[in-house]
Amino acid sequence: MKKKNFLFVIVPVLLLGAILYNCSNSNNAGNFSDAASKVYVAPGTHDEFYAFMSGGFSGQVSVYGLPSGRLFRVISVFSQNPETGYGYSEESKPMLNTSYGNIPWDDAHHPELSQTDGIPDGRWLFINGNNTPRIARIDLKSFETAEIIEIPNSAGNHGSPFVTENNEYVVAATRFSIPIPQKDVPISSYKENFKGTLSFIRTDPQTGKMSLAFQILVPGFDYDLAHAGKGVSHGWAFFSCYNTEQANTLLEINASQNDKDFVAAVNWKAAEKYLAQGKGKTVSSEYYRNYFDEEKHLAVSEKNSQVTILDPKDCPGLIYYLPTPKSPHGVNIDPTGEYIVAGGKLSTVLPVHSFSKMLKAIENKDFIGEVNGIPILKYESVIAGEVKDPGLGPLHTEFDNNGNAYTSAFLSSEIVKWKLGTWEVLDRIPTYYSIGHLMIPGGDSRKPWGKYVVALNKITKDRYLPTGPELTQSAQLFDITGDKMKLLLDFPTIGEPHYAQAIPANILEKNSKRIYEIEKNKNPFVTKSEKEARVERKGNEIHVYLTTSRSHFKPDNIEGIKVGDKVFFHVTNLEQDWDIPHGFAIKGANNSELLVMPGQTKTIVWNPQKEGIYPFYCTDFCSALHQEMQGYVRVSSSGSNTKLLFN
Amino acid sequence: MKKKSRIMFLIATLLLIGLYFFPIWNIDLTAPQYPEGIGLRIWINQITGAKEFDLKNLNGLNHYIGMKKIEPESIPELKIMPYIIAGFILFGFITFLLKNRKVLVLWIILLITVLGIGLYDYYLWGYDYGHNLNPNAPIKVPGMTYQPPFIGGKQLLNIHAESLPGIGALLVGASITLAIVSFYIDRRKKIEKS
Repeated sequence: MKKKNFLFVIVPVLLLGAILYNCSNSNNAGNFSDAASKVYVAPGTHDEFYAFMSGGFSGQVSVYGLPSGRLFRVISVFSQNPETGYGYSEESKPMLNTSYGNIPWDDAHHPELSQTDGIPDGRWLFINGNNTPRIARIDLKSFETAEIIEIPNSAGNHGSPFVTENNEYVVAATRFSIPIPQKDVPISSYKENFKGTLSFIRTDPQTGKMSLAFQILVPGFDYDLAHAGKGVSHGWAFFSCYNTEQANTLLEINASQNDKDFVAAVNWKAAEKYLAQGKGKTVSSEYYRNYFDEEKHLAVSEKNSQVTILDPKDCPGLIYYLPTPKSPHGVNIDPTGEYIVAGGKLSTVLPVHSFSKMLKAIENKDFIGEVNGIPILKYESVIAGEVKDPGLGPLHTEFDNNGNAYTSAFLSSEIVKWKLGTWEVLDRIPTYYSIGHLMIPGGDSRKPWGKYVVALNKITKDRYLPTGPELTQSAQLFDITGDKMKLLLDFPTIGEPHYAQAIPANILEKNSKRIYEIEKNKNPFVTKSEKEARVERKGNEIHVYLTTSRSHFKPDNIEGIKVGDKVFFHVTNLEQDWDIPHGFAIKGANNSELLVMPGQTKTIVWNPQKEGIYPFYCTDFCSALHQEMQGYVRVSSSGSNTKLLFN
Repeated sequence: MKKKSRIMFLIATLLLIGLYFFPIWNIDLTAPQYPEGIGLRIWINQITGAKEFDLKNLNGLNHYIGMKKIEPESIPELKIMPYIIAGFILFGFITFLLKNRKVLVLWIILLITVLGIGLYDYYLWGYDYGHNLNPNAPIKVPGMTYQPPFIGGKQLLNIHAESLPGIGALLVGASITLAIVSFYIDRRKKIEKS
């Protein structure tokens, strides 16, 4: 070969190589044809798992299918939703009542499925409201918010809602310490005046009804995350905390000084004993509990005024601090309940505490000091092992059913798989980008269904088509059935997904409600048949008892309404057929539409401001004659004599 | 009558009791909007939905084509049939006790007659529902009627209707067959003897 010819060959080869290299670099691609078949759920067939993802600052919960990553529904929880009328309809407004008034929004972080014997049972899903401390319970038959309880003496309800093995308690911790009870003090008096609380909310085993059983007053650190013990550690709950420096300004520096912060281990069975002995102090604190009465289709607010508070000073053995490097975030308990893994955001190793060693250390009084009557255990006496090189900024850990743990590392943006017991790192895989929580179906319970791990990422940058400055956040699905983790799928999420939960579809699917029975509807404003449809005037209040069925309203012409009247549309959907909701919207309404499920009653208030004719119509395409489903309201001047008429 | 033949006939009579527990005819409909199906169950004394609210939902849907509401309480046959069947059961017992072959033949003929009349009556109801439509119905397709098939399947606009005998009808069929066989066996034995 001549030299010249050789160059002709080598240049294109180099170029081609460079292009190929660039391609693989730019999309982090590999061969995904195998992955595609693993996430392909053929049209008309169902996913294997339900995944529930927190909506973060959207305040809601989203329901996805795995492995397809398809979004099925957004459940209204802490935020008003004009799409359904949640938080706007008269029936749902009380759900958002708090001691600070009606709050239309919150920041929802951690969904947690209810459990039976430490295994997700698919009855309810709990989720925290971070900003105005609350915990919601979602009914997984109706996929609707059934109850919201406010947590008093708390600020930044981040470390919640994590359940004990049989939902004896849903635990919650205050991230921001505050004066308890609240008072007007200089912020610089933090160390003297600010305290934290750990809250234990009891749930009724049959109905799920939540009640605040007791709170524990703790030193003013930032209590961040929690998990209840299980198996051998059932009876205990664990809370991570940072800012043991008790800084009150520029925390990113001032709260990052101590070499070790703590995991607080709380013996709640001991708390029950102390309560029985009358060690709890009754303190007046105002908080709301709102629940949805499914028979009346109506939310009810209940105002509470007292809580029982335990002070660790009066209750020896109630809490122990486990020193944990450094500014720990997630605290996760392995399926056996023996290992307590705490992700130290600034730590170079991932410490794993041993529950049995902790019990022994307590017995031997292996203490290195105490804070406000809470003994600090010796690190070396409680540590089971340290995972070396667990990634930078380790946050959260989930578990599979083969003795492996999976830790998310925010800074190095990866999932690190390691072995419980040997602490050896087995595999690591990048996430795109900046993973926060991760989730394995059942991965924080006694029985993980360890087929997939889902990464919940904070940043997506170039992963999707750009949509202006605000980009989607995302989830990524990995196959964990083999030795090596394999990326299968990226899919966008609503709001910011913090934590998530997933459960096999066959546990939930069969319980899903199809309709509400109209005969059982006990709403005070129900209209059970078209014969009962009517309009009534009470002073300047008009009550329209309106029915919907395919494809008409009854009545559909209303006259005699005057400017200044307050009109209540009580809309009852008479349908008893699956997937036939009707909508109701009227021109000029200042609030929202209503989306009424079969057999349900919802009420929206309308304040007509000007004379004229106002159409109303069905907003949910219900039938071939949906466009005909409409009506008119005639609004007359406030002094007019127009008679009240309806057909 | 021979013992074997009599017992066989007694079973034929007892089979009719099943009519109080199983529907005699099933009409099942599927449509693009109803992959899960929607259906009717016709009993001797009532008409019900295949699922709890199917009848209500069918009546709701049928107003689009102007079909009358199916109101079981206004169908007189459903009030009479339980007594007629009770009569056959009683008559069957008497026949069993009388051991009279002629009475047995009468029982069989009567039952076949009633079955024939019943099916014809059912056809007439179906014809009435399918043809006697409200002229103001929203959906009017020229030449289109909506009588469900008497037996078998039929496409009615977007709906596929399938009409088949229910367990009740099969029991009546079995009952008649058994009664005839019992008669035949008895007859044959007589011939052998003579």
